[in-house]
Amino acid sequence: MIVITAALGAGIVFGAGLAFAGMLSPSKVVGFLDIFGAWDPSLGLVMAGGILVNATGHYLVMKRKKPVFEAKFDLPSSQIIDRPLLLGSVIFGIGWGLAGLCPGPVVASLLLQPVDMLPFLAVLLAGGFAGRWLRA
Amino acid sequence: MDIAWSEFTPLASFAGGAMIGAAALLLMLLNGRVMGMSGILTGLMVGHADRLWRLAFVAGVIIGPFLFIAFSGAQVDRQPVASGPMLYIAAFLVGLGTAVGSGCTSGHGICGLSRLSLRSAAAVMAFMASAVITVACMRFFG
Repeated sequence: MIVITAALGAGIVFGAGLAFAGMLSPSKVVGFLDIFGAWDPSLGLVMAGGILVNATGHYLVMKRKKPVFEAKFDLPSSQIIDRPLLLGSVIFGIGWGLAGLCPGPVVASLLLQPVDMLPFLAVLLAGGFAGRWLRA
Repeated sequence: MDIAWSEFTPLASFAGGAMIGAAALLLMLLNGRVMGMSGILTGLMVGHADRLWRLAFVAGVIIGPFLFIAFSGAQVDRQPVASGPMLYIAAFLVGLGTAVGSGCTSGHGICGLSRLSLRSAAAVMAFMASAVITVACMRFFG
């Protein structure tokens, strides 16, 4: 139960942070990616703020033997830079550039803009299934 | 390069970014999990045993913006850039790409870069480059 409450709390902070940062506006996201137009550097500061807090904290957290509520840290083990990683990321970037939406803001906008975001999420999940099938 | 000073929101974006980083840190410190939105969504779909925490996280992400609006009194601007078929092509590519590439802006960007993962750094460079090129193509040919 405590694990679920912790996940809920982290989700709330993430969703509120996305809203505060301006990440829920696709036009602002595209304004950052549009380096040949009128460039809005804001999203660089979102990344900087996020990494500053998380990198400093992560370094300290890793001094612990285990997380507070679970038996072990569940960290990705793969360190290989392979073709699926790069090709998948390039495909993701195309979709991100076209719509200005990545998965976090899509979920955070679900009830703010349900008419657009519910079908968007459904198609996104269909793409995810296709991706898993391709990799299998 | 022209900078859109009227759009630039350095304080809100930095503070919001710090909250995103704090959320990732909380999930790692408390539950030992990486805060990657695409991976958490996939885990929900494919029937992992530990579906409940993912569901709770997703519920939190949905509620979060409403709490932000309630406490700050601020408006949340959501100006779309794509519509119609283009919106759904984009949605499919985002789902496909993050599944094949094992992560998105939160997992590779906020979490991977913070743990100094070279794999995530390569992914971030790949999706940033393709997103910038896509937006440039839309500007010049769209």
